[in-house]
This record gives sequence, structure tokens and C-alpha cells, in this order.
Amino acid sequence: MLDRPEGALLVLKNVSQSFTKGSGERDSLVLDNVSLTLQSGEIVGLLGRSGCGKSTLLRIVAGLVTPSKGDVSYLGAPVHGPVQGVAMVFQSFALFPWLSVLDNVEIGLRTKGVPAEQARRRALAAIDTIGLDGFESAFPKELSGGMRQRVGFARGLVVEPNILLMDEPFSALDVLTAETLRTDLLDLWVEGRMPTKSILMVTHNIEEAVLMCDRIVVLSSNPGRISAEIKVDFPHPRNRLDPEFRAMVDRIYALMTKRAAPEREGVFPGMGLGMALHNVSTNTLAGMIEEIAAPPYNGKADLPALADSLNMEIDDLFPVAETLQLLRFAEVAEGDIRLTYAGMKFSDAEVDARKKQFGDHVLAYVPLAARIRKVLDERRSHTAPATRFQSELEDYMSEERAEDTLKGVITWGRYGELFAFDEGSQTFSLENPGGE
Amino acid sequence: MSRFVAFASLGRRALPNQWDFVSLALVIAVFVAVAKGSLGMTAPLTAPVTVDLSLDYSNLPYYALRTTLRMSAAMAASLLFTFVYATIAAKSRRAEMVLIPLLDVLQSVPILGFLSFTVTFFLGLFPGSTMGAELAAIFAIFTSQAWNMAFSFYQSLRTVPRDLEEVAVGYHFSPWQKFWQLEAPFAMPALIWNMMMSMSGGWFFVVASEAISVGDTTIKLPGIGSYLALAIDAKRIDAVFAAVVAVIVVILAYDQLLFRPIVAFAAKFRVELSAGEVQEESWVRQIFLRTRFLRGLIAIPARILASVALLRLQFAFPGAGGEPQRVTKRVLRARLALSRAFDVVWFVLIGAMVAYCLDQVYAFVSQKLTVDDLKETLVFTTFTMIRVFLLIVLASLFWVPIAIYIGLRPRLAEKIQPLAQFLAAFPANVVFPIAVVLVVQFSLNPDIWLSGLIIFGTQWYIVFNVIGGAMAFPNDLREAVVNYGIKGRIWWKDVILPGVFPYYVTGALTASGGSWNAAIVAEYVKWGDDKVAAHGIGAYIAQATEAGDYPKIVLGVAVMSIFVILFNRLLWRPLFAWGERRLRLN
Repeated sequence: MLDRPEGALLVLKNVSQSFTKGSGERDSLVLDNVSLTLQSGEIVGLLGRSGCGKSTLLRIVAGLVTPSKGDVSYLGAPVHGPVQGVAMVFQSFALFPWLSVLDNVEIGLRTKGVPAEQARRRALAAIDTIGLDGFESAFPKELSGGMRQRVGFARGLVVEPNILLMDEPFSALDVLTAETLRTDLLDLWVEGRMPTKSILMVTHNIEEAVLMCDRIVVLSSNPGRISAEIKVDFPHPRNRLDPEFRAMVDRIYALMTKRAAPEREGVFPGMGLGMALHNVSTNTLAGMIEEIAAPPYNGKADLPALADSLNMEIDDLFPVAETLQLLRFAEVAEGDIRLTYAGMKFSDAEVDARKKQFGDHVLAYVPLAARIRKVLDERRSHTAPATRFQSELEDYMSEERAEDTLKGVITWGRYGELFAFDEGSQTFSLENPGGE
Repeated sequence: MSRFVAFASLGRRALPNQWDFVSLALVIAVFVAVAKGSLGMTAPLTAPVTVDLSLDYSNLPYYALRTTLRMSAAMAASLLFTFVYATIAAKSRRAEMVLIPLLDVLQSVPILGFLSFTVTFFLGLFPGSTMGAELAAIFAIFTSQAWNMAFSFYQSLRTVPRDLEEVAVGYHFSPWQKFWQLEAPFAMPALIWNMMMSMSGGWFFVVASEAISVGDTTIKLPGIGSYLALAIDAKRIDAVFAAVVAVIVVILAYDQLLFRPIVAFAAKFRVELSAGEVQEESWVRQIFLRTRFLRGLIAIPARILASVALLRLQFAFPGAGGEPQRVTKRVLRARLALSRAFDVVWFVLIGAMVAYCLDQVYAFVSQKLTVDDLKETLVFTTFTMIRVFLLIVLASLFWVPIAIYIGLRPRLAEKIQPLAQFLAAFPANVVFPIAVVLVVQFSLNPDIWLSGLIIFGTQWYIVFNVIGGAMAFPNDLREAVVNYGIKGRIWWKDVILPGVFPYYVTGALTASGGSWNAAIVAEYVKWGDDKVAAHGIGAYIAQATEAGDYPKIVLGVAVMSIFVILFNRLLWRPLFAWGERRLRLN
């Protein structure tokens, strides 16, 4: 049987998860050999970028998803199916729009068969705790995002779970609301007013993780693996401006960008045609180059600072940075991004020159773009259906990623005037509709 | 999407596939079976069911009540069917393969076409009592209501948001609780809209099914439809007008007393989490909410329903619930193999069933019919198809500009829209006699002048959908149009027609479906002893029904169904898909 460390609520041992692809031949691995122990009395953060499988991991913990390999045990007993004693809070709030606040909070108790009066009493208490007094009879659509998420928390807390799971609970909220809610939640936690022994939260916000968690588990992408575990010992309430706090944020940024360097592994898995691309708009790429080129950065920026000034989170920022690196407009290392000579030149150029330069870079550094162009040049009709490249890509990656990759190449190719693409017939061609 | 009538054809690929074929074979075989069964019953089924009917105006309220009750019974049956059928289709992969194409075929079968079988069938069930006739009428209305409701419910079940689904599972809802707490409420807005559309279509069939003759059997049930039939036989135009008035009153009452409150109530089930949408209002609902004793009246059943919805009702299936056994790789592989084996058995079963059905159909039809009969029906169906197509085109040319004009003027649209919806619900067959009088009076060519009746009741679907489309046309685009001075031909071609196109297709599709059905009544009409028939499959089926010629009815209905399916798939579906892809404005 599984050994159970003292105080461990939940143990994941060598968990892997793969999804069978649509075509059925090859499985794509989402989580690879992840082991994790959740102790009583701690907040643990799962930090990673989109596609690292952190939400899947959370759903495995909740018993909503059964892992393909490995064992999960809760209080020493193996987990199959949803566990009593684990409650989840959702990024999208996931409230029933046809139920009032009170009914939404009660529903978890009522379906379990808790008598109406008792359920009502406990729900009112939870509503009181979470600061929703006076909104009991309101419907979710009348509430602001922050209030809705409070209902989500109340619904989780009312069932008195041992473990509260949170799936990016603040990422759908505006900055101020998110901050208030984080603070309120931490206050409840620190003061011991939560009926919860442990919290496991998924986030892609590094500062949020450092602010809230006792332990941060960093996941790498494709497939998701634990790349680092960091203990955070700062006492609550934590101060974001504290130099130690900043240093830790910087360290995690460095850690994540180091992992992300395309020369080594991960982000653009496989080179050549099988390189998965991000569908990043050319406006964003150009905007980022301009931002870095201009003061105060003058060509070199600290990623956390850049993220802050552009109000971007790592899920938005990293794909842009990596694409710039792929196209040799910038270099990313140790949490910094630095424009190359080509990048500086791009930032000074006029529209047409930019497009030309961009097109040249895409052709030179994105094998898929070069391939599309070559096929179009060779064919007499100078046209080719998108499905042809899509199926070629699917030899290397999942259907979704292949679609995303193709969309990225289409955007860049159109901007660089390498080829045209007709949405209706899904074909590439060389003709330029504007040029006729 | 919830504002659209749910059509099974639209969710599916354009080209008919083997599953459509399977469904078609099944449906026609069932007709054959029923027809055969009815033939087997010895000649006079029962003494013709006669109820004393009188054309006295004072009887009309009672008849109207009976008609309304019939509608309600059919609606209740449709709801029950919807919950069961759609839930099975959504939860079982194997059932889904057959049930959804089947729904598509059923939706394309002309309802009045198989009224003749069902009448004999139900009369046989309850010999000598009016119960059989009542059930036959209710069944006819049911077949006009159930399919789109079931399909809408199925679509909703398949699109329950994943996060809500996870809440239900994560918070340990039992399947019964999940159905009532999550799935049914989520499906509610679309279902209610489809119920309204079904109801609106149902009036047509209740009128048609209350008085019907199959061979020697003539049935008249007390109701507005049979009152009308009696008025036609007696050539009493004043009674026809009285029936028209009665129908208007009943439809308005249904709308105000039942549907408005329900729609207003159902608004809370909409998932979009935004306030500030147009709130549907209902004075009846307001009265119920504001009057204490009425509120108490609904509070008790509401509380009972709520507690039933909270029952766990979980049965101990091996493997589900309770202590789940350890799932090893070996168990998983064994399950997979078992599931594959089931698939094979399932396909073999379906294949065998289809082969048997085809054999039965062939044996039955070839007994009495020749290839010439098939040719004849093909020609007639082509006539009807041309008629339907031309009339949709004509109605569109006439109504689309008018509907756009109305829709772009919100204040006008507010007044006209309910009227258009009312006209769509109004059973056009009630006014057919008036048209017949004219055709007979002036000896007009029935092939041309009866055609108008086909579209008479269904054109309103085009009108109110296009009005809806024009009303939904985004304000910023309208401002841009004014700002850039876009006018005339370009405005029509590049602005407003693409803007309302998805709505137009929905309306035209509904109208076309209704028109095929109407053809059976409209191509063959009577006024006293005068009978007027046009050349078309509708008249063919109607005459075969009157003569009790079952093989011909089966053939006619089958050919017509195939045409309708092809018409939907090859014309409407591609148009709809194109509109959704290219012209959707949000």
C-alpha cells in the first residue's frame, strides 16, 4: 500500500496522464510522472503556463479525472471518482445562473441530503464568513465578478472540505478586485476561520503564487513535469515591495524562462516542420519590440517589470517573448529579454520595410512557412489546401496544437506577404488580392 | 441560438449517410406494419365514430375547450417523450447513432400523411369508443410537436458548460439530481422556445385531425376542427367565420395565459451572466407574484417539485457508486474489448433490422403497386416541390424588404412582431374554405390558385424571423452605414441582406417544412360537394387517404419524406452553415 507521511492529506505518486488523439494512433502526454504530497496546514501553488497540465492535475486531485498511470490517495485510501472532503473553486465561477446566491451555496449540502434547516443555517454562516451578507437572494447575473467568486468560495467552504482546490480563482477578475479577494481569503486562512486543512491552487501568476503560497510547485510544459519546488517562508501579510519578495519573483521568472529556452527543450518541441508555434498576432509582436526598444528599457528589459508595465501575465507574455526569440528579434535569458540587432532595426523601420524584414525572418526561421512557400512556388496552380499541412503537422503534435500552429503561420505569412490564405476555401495561394 | 427552431438536419452533415438510410427504412417499415395490421382487421373497423355536432355558435366555447385540452395532452406527451428520448440519445453513444438520424427523418415526414395509419391503429385499440379517435388526434398533434423539442433538448444536453458539469460531479450530485438541477434548467430556454414554435405549428394539425375520413371510417371529434368541417359540408360561410374567431381567441388566450408567463419565468435559466438584456414581461406572472393567495397556490407544488428534484434516486449499479473497485490496466483493456464486441453486435442487429424492414416494405408495396406508380409519385412530388420552392421565393421577395423595413424601426417592430407570430400560429386551414369558394366561384386554375394556400400559413415564419434579424442588427454598424453614406443597391447587397441572412434561413426553413405539410391539406380541398384538386403529392396522399388505399399512402409518404430530407440537406443546411460561418454578427 502507499505509505502515508505524517499529516499528509493527499498523495500523488508517479501520476501520468495522456489523452488519445482524435486519429487514435498516438497519445499525447499531458502530465509526466508527477509526484506531489499535500500536507495539513499549507497552501500549495501549482505554477505553470497554459498547456502544462496544471488544471488536469487539479482535476485528478479532485477525482474528476482518473490518471492513466500512477496512484492518488486521500487520507491513505486510494481515490477513484470524486472525493468527499475535497471542494473546488472555478476560474469561471461555475455558478448555476438559475439559483440565488443562497441556493447556490446550499446546493452541495442539499444534494447530499442535509436537512433543509441545517443546510440553510450552514449556508448563511458561510455567506457571512465570506462577506456576502445582504446578497442572499440575489442571482449571479446581478453580481460583479468579485461577488460571484465569493459565492464560489462560500459554496466550497460550506461543505467543510479538508482540501480546497482553486483553479485560477482570481484570473477572471480585474486587478483590484482580485487583490481584495486574495487578501480576504488569506485573512480567513491565517486567522483559522476556514474549515479547511489545506489549499491547492493553480495559477499562472507568479506574484500571486509568492503572495499566497507556502510552497510553489513549478510545472514545465509539454508534457507537464515538476521542474522545481520552492518553499516560501515569508510571514503573512506579505509585502510585494519587500526586496526578498521581489527577489523570489525574479528567481521564479528566471527559472521559468530558462526552462523555456527553445534551444534546450520544451516550448517549441521538435525543430524543423514539427515545431509548435504560438498564434501570436503581429501587432502584439511589433508592440512588444517597440516597448522594449523605447526608454526606459532601451533594448533590454527585465521580464517581471515588462509584464508589470504591459499588464500582462506570463501566459500572455511568454509566448510573445518566445516567438520573438524564435524569429531572432530578441534573446531571452535569466528572466531578461534583449532585442537583437534585427529587432532594433525592426523597431526603427517604416511599415513596408517592417513587413519585408518580418517576412524574411519568418521564411528563414520558421520551417513550416518555408515549406508552405516552397509548395506554392512549385505547384503550377500556386495554391495548396490547408488540410495538407495540417495533417503533416498532426504527425508531430495534437490536432489542437497543429491548428494553432497553422493559424500562427497564416497570420505571420499574411503580414510578411509570403502568401495569401482564403478562409472560405481554406487554401493557401500566392496571389495577392490587393495587388490586382 | 436558443431563439431558433431546432432542426435535426442542420446539425448534421449535408450528404445523407448510411444512418439516414437506416432511419428511413425503419420509419417506412413501421408505416407498413401499421397499415398491414389495419388491413388485417376485418372490414368495418367500428361503426363510424359519430358525435352529435351542431353549428350553433353557443357550442363553440365548449368545442374550443376540447380542442385546447387535446393540445395540452399532446404537449404533455411531447414533453415526456423529449425528456426520455433526448436524454437517451445524449447519454448513449450507440443509441445516438440511430436516434438522431431517426429524429431527422421523422421531422421530414408529412404529419398528415401518417394520420391515416394512426387513426385506424388507435381505433383498433379501443373499438367502439371515441377514445381511439381522441388518441389518434392527440398523436397527430404530438407528431407535429415532439421532434424539434426533442432535438433542442438533445442539443442542450450536449452543450452543458463543462465547469457546471464539474460542479455537479465534484459536489456529488446523483444522476437524477444532475438532471433536474443542471441539465433540465440549462435546456429550459431553448426548450420553451421550441415548445412555443411547436404549439404554433400544432394548431394546424389539431384542426386537420379532428375530422378525418379514412376509407369508410369517418371520425368527428367535438372541437373547432370538426365544427369547421361541418361548416364546410353545410356550406355555411358564417360558421366558418365563427370558427376563425374562436381560433383567434383560443390562440391569444394560450399565449397570454400560458406562454408569456413561462417565457418570463424561463428567462432566469439563461446562462449568459449578463444583466440588462430585454426582460420578457407577463401580466399574468405579475399577478401571480403579487397576489398572496395565488403565490401560496403555486408555492406548494413548487416545493414538492423541488424536493423531488433533490431525491438522490440512486440505484446500486455494479461499478457505479458505492465502493468503486480497483481499476487496473487489465480491467480497462477487458472493458474496451467488451465495448468493441458490443459495438459489433449492435451494428449486426441494426443491419439485420434494416434488411428485414426493407424486405417487408418491398413485399407490401410491390403487392399492388408497379413501377408506374413510383414514377407517378415522383412526378407529383416534383410538382409539389416546385410549388413549395417557387412560393418560398415569391414570399421572400415580397416579405423580406417589408420585414426589414419594420425590423429597423423598433417602435413599429414592437407592434408588428407579436402579430406576425400570431399569424404563424394561426391554422391556415381554417381559412382555406374561403379560398375554395373563390376558386370554385370564378373557376380558377387549381394548380396555380391552390398553391397560394401552401404558403399562406407559413410565410409568417419568414416575416417574424427577418424582423427579428433586422431588430438585432448591431447599432454601431447602422451608425457606420449612415456615417459612410452607404445607400441603395450596395446597402441591400453588402449590409442588410447579409445581416439578416442567418435569420432568414431559419425562417425560410421553418416555412418550407410547414409548406410541405400544408400541401396535403391545401392541394385537395372541398366546399360542400365541390372538390378541387391540384396536381401534386399532397393531393395524391389526400385522395389515397380518402380511398383508404394504404399501399399508395405509404408510397406517397415515403417519396415525399425522401424529397423533404434531400431538400433540407442539399438546400437549407448548406445555406444555414454558410450563414453561420460567414455572416454571424457576434
